Amino acid sequence: MKISKQRCVGCANCVPICSVGSIYIGADGLAEIIEDSCVECHNCYRSLSFEHLPPGFTRLIRRALRAVALRFQPDPDICPTEAFIPDELSWPRVVRRAFSDPMVTHESTGVHGRGTEEVKTNDVSKRIKSGQVGLVVELGRPGLGVYFHQVQQATMALAAAGVSFETGNPVTQMMEDRNLGTIRADVLNEKVLSCIVEITARLEQTPQVLSVIREICRTTPTVISIGAATVCDEQGREPLREILAEQGFATGWAKVNLGLGRVSNRSLDAAGRTA
Amino acid sequence: MTNTLHRFGSQESLSGDFIVFAMPGKGFNDEGSLEKARTFLRTAIKYRPINMGNALVNALYRPEKNLSFITLYFHGRQERTTYEKLIDEIPAAGSAAVVFDRREPVAEFLAEVKALDLGLSVNVSALVDDVRHICGEVSITPHAVEYTLGFHGATERLPDRDTLELSTMCGHGMVSSNFARKMLDRVKEGRIKPEAAVCCMAKFCVCGVFNRSRAMMILDRTATGS
Repeated sequence: MKISKQRCVGCANCVPICSVGSIYIGADGLAEIIEDSCVECHNCYRSLSFEHLPPGFTRLIRRALRAVALRFQPDPDICPTEAFIPDELSWPRVVRRAFSDPMVTHESTGVHGRGTEEVKTNDVSKRIKSGQVGLVVELGRPGLGVYFHQVQQATMALAAAGVSFETGNPVTQMMEDRNLGTIRADVLNEKVLSCIVEITARLEQTPQVLSVIREICRTTPTVISIGAATVCDEQGREPLREILAEQGFATGWAKVNLGLGRVSNRSLDAAGRTA
Repeated sequence: MTNTLHRFGSQESLSGDFIVFAMPGKGFNDEGSLEKARTFLRTAIKYRPINMGNALVNALYRPEKNLSFITLYFHGRQERTTYEKLIDEIPAAGSAAVVFDRREPVAEFLAEVKALDLGLSVNVSALVDDVRHICGEVSITPHAVEYTLGFHGATERLPDRDTLELSTMCGHGMVSSNFARKMLDRVKEGRIKPEAAVCCMAKFCVCGVFNRSRAMMILDRTATGS
């Protein structure tokens, strides 16, 4: 993303909007973007309202008002002169947008947002099976972001613990070697708003895997949001909550898959097998 | 919709937050899913959700890209589209989401969704005991549960609780903590009304899962200093 020096009037409305704090007002009084830390989420370009004021005239008004101790300040969600210019992104920078812009669909999984359906469609996909736990380790969330070399530290630690990475997940798709947890070298310096490392293990392994994740959390320079999922039995009960409580985790907020999904694509039978 | 999994807040605050969303599984039930997603969203309208979206087009609260001095002066801001227009605009099923601030309409809505038998995966993000209670009311046996285990790592880099409560209502991080802080400060200083601040923030959440009622509560609390 770029901000046009010709169009920006330095109102600074975009500065707090940036999801990772990469916009600042430069010495010339106009907004600039720190290219290294921008995650190409397009939040500024997509979600600020645009008022098409002429930049030169607007600067003049701003200067005139400043001279009499007044200020021209548009509503906090408006860029008065439509100063943003999205870049044509190429590899590997395009990875930033794929992982950070919620409206972009991941090519590797065909899913938008963070690119994984995880437990949300488990009633049809059965990716987490009875007796298993699915753990989603989201690095960089909330709001700090993460570089892929930091993600690799986590994936290598998890791989060393012998976990299996979920195949239908964009981070897994970026791995060079899933047994080692190494991520392709050309994206290691790319920063994204967040990304989910998704693993599956047997329920009884939950404490061991959580202790590895705790160790990762102890050394990471960013924040990590953790989620743990399992399937319920025919009465709707599940043993995971108790396991998590034993591990010292409070479990109040959750996402519940109601089991209303049904395999219906013509090429599949009711169990999801190719017909 | 992992973006609804890690909402920060007290039990009391979260008790007024319910996100119900439907989505197809790619390769399993995505054929013909657009009309099903539209039916899901249309069905929700009569239960008066406080927000709606599907992450593929801008949500119920959306930016205005063609403002001019004249439109601003004579018409003011038009920050909210209609449910019908949004539903007509969605290009694919995506994650069709609706947000409620009370339990009762969620139960009624889910009972109707169950009867419709759309075949899409339907999830509810909320306090798990409330969801289980609702499931009991409408005779649904949950298939799977995903718990949030909270934020870890360099948590000293996170903002204060009020800011975090607002910013995590968009799990994709599009309501930045700096902007949430700015809105809190402006409301506190009396420079913006809480309603306007909520509208401003809601527009950045493209999935439409920002809970306006909870945001109002947080901003009111700030304004009154309680």
